[in-house]
Amino acid sequence: MLSQLRPAVVIFLALTLVTGVAYPLLITGVSQVAFSRQAQGSLIERDGHVVGSELIGQAFTGSKYFWSRPSAAGYNGAASTGSNLGPTNPAQLDAVKQRIADLRAAHGDEKPVPIDLVTASASGLDPHITPAAAEYQLERVARERGMTPDAVRQAVVDATEGRTFGLLGEPSVNVLRLNLALDAAQSGE
Amino acid sequence: MTANSWIQLALFLGALVALAKPLGSYMARILEGKPCGLDRVLGWCERGIYRLAGVDPQQEMGWRTYAFAVMAFNLLGIAAVYLLLRLQGALPLNPQGLPGTTPDLAFNTAVSFGTNTNWQSYGGEATLGYLAQMLGLTVQNFVSAATGIAVLAALIRGLVRRSATTIGNFWVDLVRSTLYILLPLSVILAVALASQGVIQNFDAYQSVDLVEPIPVDGGEPTTTQTIAMGPVASQLAIKQLGTNGGGFFNVNSAHPFENPTPLANFLEVLAILVIPVALCYTFGVMVGDVRQGWAVLAAMFVIFIPLTVGVMLAEQAGVPQYAGMGADDVASATQAGGNMEGKEVRFGIANSAIWASATTAASNGSVNAMHDSFTPLGGLIPMWLMQLGEVIFGGVGSGLYGMLMFAIVAVFIAGLMVGRTPEYLGKKIEAFEMKMASLVILIPSMFVLVGTAIAVVGPGLEYTVGDEVKGNLNNPGAHGFSEVLYALSSAGNNNGSAFAGLTANEPFYNTLLGVAMFASRYWLIIPTLAIAGSLARKKYSPPGAGTLPTHQTLFVVMLVSTVLLVGALTFVPALALGPVVEHLQMVSP
Repeated sequence: MLSQLRPAVVIFLALTLVTGVAYPLLITGVSQVAFSRQAQGSLIERDGHVVGSELIGQAFTGSKYFWSRPSAAGYNGAASTGSNLGPTNPAQLDAVKQRIADLRAAHGDEKPVPIDLVTASASGLDPHITPAAAEYQLERVARERGMTPDAVRQAVVDATEGRTFGLLGEPSVNVLRLNLALDAAQSGE
Repeated sequence: MTANSWIQLALFLGALVALAKPLGSYMARILEGKPCGLDRVLGWCERGIYRLAGVDPQQEMGWRTYAFAVMAFNLLGIAAVYLLLRLQGALPLNPQGLPGTTPDLAFNTAVSFGTNTNWQSYGGEATLGYLAQMLGLTVQNFVSAATGIAVLAALIRGLVRRSATTIGNFWVDLVRSTLYILLPLSVILAVALASQGVIQNFDAYQSVDLVEPIPVDGGEPTTTQTIAMGPVASQLAIKQLGTNGGGFFNVNSAHPFENPTPLANFLEVLAILVIPVALCYTFGVMVGDVRQGWAVLAAMFVIFIPLTVGVMLAEQAGVPQYAGMGADDVASATQAGGNMEGKEVRFGIANSAIWASATTAASNGSVNAMHDSFTPLGGLIPMWLMQLGEVIFGGVGSGLYGMLMFAIVAVFIAGLMVGRTPEYLGKKIEAFEMKMASLVILIPSMFVLVGTAIAVVGPGLEYTVGDEVKGNLNNPGAHGFSEVLYALSSAGNNNGSAFAGLTANEPFYNTLLGVAMFASRYWLIIPTLAIAGSLARKKYSPPGAGTLPTHQTLFVVMLVSTVLLVGALTFVPALALGPVVEHLQMVSP
């Protein structure tokens, strides 16, 4: 049996080279050439400097912006985390209650609030809100920006990604892209 | 459930079944040592490895030598990961300058990846440098999965061979599975995922200027956001395909860089189950009767589909308290509704629920939503899928050899009913096989239940950092108990997913879970190989009037009943204390 020790060591080293060195380098090479933007993080530039990634959400608090979902990570892109609070945890129920109260106060009405706006995402970096959550905030943003609701709605539609092939996933609105588009539309006027 | 949820589930199941035959017959060629096409491209590499290692690929091993080779190779891998983690502060490719990890975290993580569990006690982007991720974790992702396939191949040979003393050559099974099955599939998947936005680079973390600074109470506003980088796509592909599940990032495949789009999600969740499903077909080919493989696969689907629908229904129904406070959780054209705590908008309810079910049915353990925030019943099902012993698809290789142990028990029970010595595939099942199969089934359950008991008696509830005493549990009451039960179920069945609120990165849990993962992997592999050796030596016994045909509905029913009964009798009392109580508290507060 001890004759199996040499193959154990040699094959471990050989497979380490193949799967731990050659394979990641091959994938890096291919993706840097074929999908360089994606491989580097789908970064978005404005006026020549990087303002974020299309895939990583940012917190927005100003009233002229669409707001992202609650985040247990504080939208820190180097420390992703969910809240991991269970549905019967009093801390979770208090948090949801507070978020609903805050959103209703900010929007000046008592409508039901879309669930994604009052629950923390899995990653803490969710770049999206639902179309329902965008519609909920739409009038506030239009008012604060002095734009017509229709103009803002058009921007929401432009930032909406439907289901892939009409089937996969859920419709979602990219908050960073939407807010950048609104800023750009207004600075262009 | 919405119409679209049903369609997405049907698409997923349809794709799995469609891939079973082509991939399954390809894998059978690899394990039978036949030419597969790819050996023309990589054959030089395979032969070179044998030559360097002094291995004669024609020389086969008895079960004891095979088991010794498995153990030697795996222990070496665990030791290597341990050293890489401890020393990473002094090693290159660590642009964030992350320090070496504590001894207990290094032990836990090394065992976790060596055993194909991939429990994440570490925090991904905040703990591990690129070299540790590549040379340590990515390599173990490949070879632990290949080990599972190898042991399965040995067991099948034991069933097929007559009056034989050998069950194959571990080195050949390991190298061929890695080079010809896992590597090509990973290359295809990694490139496809990179096209969707999964990152793949060696840069330092990026700092970007926020569009709007975030106000900080009583301080300067935050004006920048740090964005993690790294070679993610390459590790992600094998993490999914090898039923490994240890994420590059802390939140695993919920992270937008690890799972950016619905299409990426579809490919990733398909990759979780595709090899375990196809291996059932491989099994059928190798035993010379594909109906045997379809029967085992049918039993798996019979359990998997209703449980998956159960998670979807529970999460779509949502949390009555959220709606009661004024949240709108009704599904419509503009939102998925349901319980969105710990879920991503792009995945909604259907994709989060399908993933949760798939990742715990297989011993993958990656997540795209936080199971800790699921509804009580939505969390119960993934937990129970693990407790069933990771045999509903299960790990790559390990799931099917686990399921074949249940098949042995099922034919044994059928044999008792008619008073005949049972046979499986023409081999008499006798006392030795039953003892070994019972070990395989009972050892994980013992670690789950005894481990949970030890933890909740006291040592798993609080830990100290310096002089400060902190709680391990993130949630009070029944849900807190569920967090501990889930952790032990995950480690004791080599799954790796978590109710992630539990603080497990401290010496008690790192050690307890590390021991549970180790025992549940190797104490199962050794009896499985012992059965392989024992069966190989036996003569062929032709089926008689008292033989239960193992390709028909009756066998599927027997197999499903055996799995469910063992799982229910062992775990219902524990589940009643956790998720069941919590469900009752939620619906009638």
